[in-house]
Amino acid sequence: MMLILSFLTEIILLSAIFSLLAVDLFFLRKKEDVLRLRLIGTLAALSAVAAAFPLLLNSSQKFYALSGMWVLDPLVIFAKLAILVITFVTILLSMETPYTPHISEYFALILSAALGMLFLVSAEELLMIFVALELLSVSLYLLTAFHYRVERSSEGAVKYFLFGALSSSFLYFGLSYLIGLSGTTNLSLIGEYLRSLPHITSEPLLWVSAAFILVGLGFKLAVVPFHLWAPDAYEGAPTPVAAYISTGSKLASFFILIKILFVAFEPVAGSPLHTAFVSGWQPLLAIIACFSMTFGNLVAMAQKNLKRLLAYSSIAHAGYILVGVVAATQLGISSVLYYLAIYAFTNLGAFGVIVAVSSKTGGDDIGDFAGLGRRSPLLAFFMILFILSLAGIPPLAGFFGKFYLFLSAVGRDTEQYGLMWLVVVGVVNSAVSLYYYLKILKQIYMIEPTDPSPIRASRPVVFALLLAALFVAGLGIYPTPLLTRLDILISYLPPIP
Amino acid sequence: MNILTLIFWTSLLGAAVIFCLKPDAQRSIKRVAATTGLICLFLSLVAFLGYDLRMGGMQFLLKRPWIPQLGISLHVGADGISLPLVLLTGFILYTGVLISYNVNDRPKEFFCLFLILVTGVFGVFVSMDLFLLFVFYELAVLPMYLLIGVWGSTRKEYGAMKLTLYLLVGSALVFIGMLALYFASGLNTFDLIALSQVDFPLPFQKTVFPLLFIGFAVLGGLWPLHTWSPVGHVAAPTSVSMLHAGVLMKLGAYSCFRVAVMLLPEGARFWLPAIAVLATVNIVYGAMVAMVQRDFKFVIGYSSVSHMGFVLLGLASMDTVGVSGAVLQMFSHGIMTGLFFAIVGRMVYDRTHTRDLEELGGLSKPLPFAGFAFIMGGLASMGLPGLSGFIAELQILIGVWNRYPLLAALTGLGIVVTAAYILRVLHKVFYGQMSTKIHHFEPITPLEKLAGIILIVNLVLIGLFPSVMVTMIYVSVAPLIRGLFG
Amino acid sequence: MDFPILSLMHLFPLLAGLCYLFLPSDNKPLLRWGAFGITLIPFLFSFSLLKHFNSQNPGFQFVEKMPWIPAIRVEYFLGVDGLSLTMVFLTTLLVPLAVLASFSIEKNIKTYMFLFLLLETGTLGVFLALNFFHFFLFWEMGLIPMFFLIKIWGSEDRDAAAFKFFLYTLFGSVMMLLAFQVLFLATKTFDFTELVILSRSGLLKVSLLFWAKRVGLPFTPEVMTTIAFFLISVAFAIKVPIWPFHTWLPDAHTQAPTAGSMILAGLLLKMGVYGFLRISLPLFPDVVRTFAPFLAILALASILFGAFAAMAQTDLKRMIAYSSVNHMGYCMLGIFAVSASGGLEAKASALNGVLLQMFNHGITSAALFFMVGVLYDRAHTRDLSRFGGLRKIMPIFAGLMGISAFSSLGLPGLNGFVSEFLIFRGSFSLMTPLTLLATIGLLVTAIYLLSMLQLLFHGPLGEYASFSDVTGREIAVAAPLIFFMFFVGIHPSPLIELTNEAVVHLLKVFS
Repeated sequence: MMLILSFLTEIILLSAIFSLLAVDLFFLRKKEDVLRLRLIGTLAALSAVAAAFPLLLNSSQKFYALSGMWVLDPLVIFAKLAILVITFVTILLSMETPYTPHISEYFALILSAALGMLFLVSAEELLMIFVALELLSVSLYLLTAFHYRVERSSEGAVKYFLFGALSSSFLYFGLSYLIGLSGTTNLSLIGEYLRSLPHITSEPLLWVSAAFILVGLGFKLAVVPFHLWAPDAYEGAPTPVAAYISTGSKLASFFILIKILFVAFEPVAGSPLHTAFVSGWQPLLAIIACFSMTFGNLVAMAQKNLKRLLAYSSIAHAGYILVGVVAATQLGISSVLYYLAIYAFTNLGAFGVIVAVSSKTGGDDIGDFAGLGRRSPLLAFFMILFILSLAGIPPLAGFFGKFYLFLSAVGRDTEQYGLMWLVVVGVVNSAVSLYYYLKILKQIYMIEPTDPSPIRASRPVVFALLLAALFVAGLGIYPTPLLTRLDILISYLPPIP
Repeated sequence: MNILTLIFWTSLLGAAVIFCLKPDAQRSIKRVAATTGLICLFLSLVAFLGYDLRMGGMQFLLKRPWIPQLGISLHVGADGISLPLVLLTGFILYTGVLISYNVNDRPKEFFCLFLILVTGVFGVFVSMDLFLLFVFYELAVLPMYLLIGVWGSTRKEYGAMKLTLYLLVGSALVFIGMLALYFASGLNTFDLIALSQVDFPLPFQKTVFPLLFIGFAVLGGLWPLHTWSPVGHVAAPTSVSMLHAGVLMKLGAYSCFRVAVMLLPEGARFWLPAIAVLATVNIVYGAMVAMVQRDFKFVIGYSSVSHMGFVLLGLASMDTVGVSGAVLQMFSHGIMTGLFFAIVGRMVYDRTHTRDLEELGGLSKPLPFAGFAFIMGGLASMGLPGLSGFIAELQILIGVWNRYPLLAALTGLGIVVTAAYILRVLHKVFYGQMSTKIHHFEPITPLEKLAGIILIVNLVLIGLFPSVMVTMIYVSVAPLIRGLFG
Repeated sequence: MDFPILSLMHLFPLLAGLCYLFLPSDNKPLLRWGAFGITLIPFLFSFSLLKHFNSQNPGFQFVEKMPWIPAIRVEYFLGVDGLSLTMVFLTTLLVPLAVLASFSIEKNIKTYMFLFLLLETGTLGVFLALNFFHFFLFWEMGLIPMFFLIKIWGSEDRDAAAFKFFLYTLFGSVMMLLAFQVLFLATKTFDFTELVILSRSGLLKVSLLFWAKRVGLPFTPEVMTTIAFFLISVAFAIKVPIWPFHTWLPDAHTQAPTAGSMILAGLLLKMGVYGFLRISLPLFPDVVRTFAPFLAILALASILFGAFAAMAQTDLKRMIAYSSVNHMGYCMLGIFAVSASGGLEAKASALNGVLLQMFNHGITSAALFFMVGVLYDRAHTRDLSRFGGLRKIMPIFAGLMGISAFSSLGLPGLNGFVSEFLIFRGSFSLMTPLTLLATIGLLVTAIYLLSMLQLLFHGPLGEYASFSDVTGREIAVAAPLIFFMFFVGIHPSPLIELTNEAVVHLLKVFS
């Protein structure tokens, strides 16, 4: 019974995928695109909501199934709920304009990507992780190409696919070494094995595998120097898909990154403190974080296309999040989870506004947003909210998120402030990033529109934006409930110093 | 209900009400803004008068947990340092709204942002929690960007961007300092009162103090980080200039003291002499640059830089009288510069559409009230006795003599140059020849007059009966300084 | 004395002036007579002061004292003694006359008159205040109305003149302010009487030394007091003005409206001398003594330079202005002479002479400036060379002008002679060579005033043949001044009696 309950979410989604396809095939072939979009979109959204209910019924115990391949505990449930909400919002955003006549396929793929994410966060076993990642990635490759009238869409998709495939092979390669080395695919057993090694530093194979795994995951997270696909994919993909890639996929990938690093690779963590440097994945990630933040922000300044800009900004944000990972404390993990959650909503919101605006203006360059403050005060207001949250301005959630991340990083070493260097880089970066965020605000409010006709967003989009805005403002002003919850959830990870 | 929280909730509520109104309901939007301003002013007066002088110290305290995991609480309180500034904000808010009654382009957004900004300002002055203070601080800075960028004039986008970036780089420094403080205290708290009782190790103080002080002092206009300020002033719409120079710059100076100096007294002792030198440069350099400007607003902008130098110098004096003077100067300069910007922006520029000193002239005839108000402000600015500026600068210099006699003597130069540029502007704008291009303007409206008179009354009242405020400031500052610097 | 007569007297013009602002702007007679009426009240008060003043008491009388700003120990502190009483009387006398002299002003009467009322409050405040804060408040308050009087109602070059006047004076004020801040830090008081007591007991130096030590200034108390003295005295020296700080004065006088010049020469310059007597001398007797030769040379330079410069002028007003420099030089000579070693009697004579000279010059220069104004009103020029033979068409005017000029050049029987005689009598025994040189000034003054009279009134009638003689109002302005010229010239003892005790008391610092 527990087993079925624990799989119920995935089962619901799976059946939803098929029923969507079936409904479209059998009942809606002849109908207009807009109607199909509304109907199938609503169905997809409902199924995402329905899939969330079984999660709420699960107990707070840690539950293993399939000989440890499948895990369900409150932390995982939290991640899954977040993924479902993200999926829900993405579906709402997709209902603004049809990007494609293949409507049911589109939503089915979104749900299958969601399925991949759900599996991913439940996995504590290498093969499962790999399979889930592939399910997620392949769905996203396809979704990226769905903007079929736009050439950039296929270009982005191909790039995304090529880089993705390459990264998968890196990951596969790394994982296979690890399996060969330790003789097991279970994360915690790998951890135990590594701990038992007498001379862990003298295992070249271990280092190779760890490096390859980081490279593979780095692609998924789009951190420098593995970020090259992101701007093109974001720009080319249908905007809701870009939103989905930058939020859902990122959340799931970070989640699994944390699991791999803290469960399996805990013995080779090393130390990034400048006062006590020990090589390991932490210093490596610290450097990656540094580059991601700096590079992402600097390049974002030069962007003219808003989606590309957000792509670079999301590269930078991945860097910020890595700061929390590098902090590697209870506080750090908690801050990473908090940031992932609020970043997802903020970015979804920002992309949501792009969806609404570009459906009217037909483009998503920054210039297309000129005079939005006059054309649609509501959308402009939402955009300010999300942009300022991304910029980390209080009292929005993005501010508290960054504050929490950096706080945890400083807290790593309170004697000599060994991680302060990374925090300084981060803080300077977030000040720099303000420049391009303000540039967007400038377009919205200070430039007069060439076409002053008002823009009206459709109801689902406004609803989605409202939802995101509530999260962004609410969690910014009063983050306490989420923090309290996260404190409890962290205890389901293996003990962290 | 705590009166301090009531003040900022009121202004926030005002913003919310305006947010819900229809964009074309201009009259009701303005009426709501003015009412909010009046209520806030009234509440800050109540708080100001309600302060118990015999008890001293922090009053109207309220503490509620906010983010207990990180030791962050909603902790407010006020003493004789914050209350004059709260009152100042009340005055500038109300007169600012009166002065901006002619904003007809998107008034809804304007007043909404305006009130949000003011909420931030009120919040900073009453925050007793470092995190809360920081949140309000940024809340006060950011609306500035839009207010200047959308409703401003003369290179508004550049001015807005420069201002915001400078200030946020400053707050990035503060941010780092804040995190360092949090962990160094080991108390898991951001509470300012608790932190001020911690004895931080000397090397730590020496390292972190400049972060916090400089970070806040950017907003205070400390030379050489002041360059955003005149540009921003010039670009900003009138009431925003009023708030900006009148209150926002005080926010920086106030936080410098409340956070940097009070938490890290040893660091202060080490660094403040250097800061004092910079502040003196502020005074003299600001005045000299003001002397050679062609744009009326730039003159006032640089005069703010110069006067903020006095505030910072007073804070750097580490002396009871000096710091009291700095607090009074914040109030006095806030009122004075508010008046100036009301004159420059609203009374002169909106009518003549030029701020070029070469083109303006002879305005005392068509706009006698503007001339009178400028004279009053100008005299206060020169530090003439009988107006509030004098008593503030007197106290500051008394404090400064004790520590930095040479600098105190140098400020004399600043005062003389100040008189020179005020007279120059007075002559060029209100006397002298009027350009033929300018003629026929409407007289000063009653609302403008009301705003001007409120501010002038303040200048004179504090000038003649400074005890109203000085006693309160003194009662609060004296024990603090004694505790910090012995 | 419970009745706050001093407060009433010196605040009355201000308070009444505020009400005055609400009078209708278009009723010119009402505005003029109203202002005149207001200024008469302090005059009545000062009569009552003269009546109740006990001239045997060297200390302050009619004292009013209450806390003002406790945080920096500032008090509201008023009092009058022999040094200030004559000045108070002079002020209350001159201001109504100046108002009366301004009846010809047509432009913006209300503001004009209000500025005069403000000026009266400011000037009285300076003479009555016994706390530095209070003193400084009114010191600066006098500056502003004068600035605007010159700036708005002055003649061609008024802007530059007003600017120069303001900046010069303000520069001095700032120096004084800085010095007093140091004094406050060392002594913790702004109270003149307390400061004098400290100075007499030598504690002033000690506390300055302590302060310098605490702050880390490597100065001896002598250096400290010297710096303080010079900082403070710069303010007064500019106001007096002593050569070489006088350059603002000819411009300001020339450009100011007639009544403005009357007040400027009659009262504002006296504030400088009064400052020396009230502050510089009693607080820093040692410094004055050390630097007396140097300072006296400056005074001598003022006398000679003022006289010679006046002789070179063709502009009537400038001439009178330079003659003020010259006359104030006598005051300064007397003041610096008393610090030299010598008999008390000589010193008392010199100092009484100084006080009397202040009063006399106030009367005389006001009269002269008024006369020039009368002429200017008619001719719209002040160029001496364009006049001539006026005695024929303006006999009364010629008489009045003659008396004033003779008073100024020190004709016995008129007031100027008495005071200059007293000064010279005193300083001769104290600083013989300088005094001898200073007499050259007397000679030159006589030359230029006489030649002025000659140019104006004798010779053939110039281009201005159709002038009417002085009006009744103009006579009313001149008459009191002329009366005092004769009164003091013939019977100076009541005035000297008023000042003598205070002078003797002041001189104790040099014994």
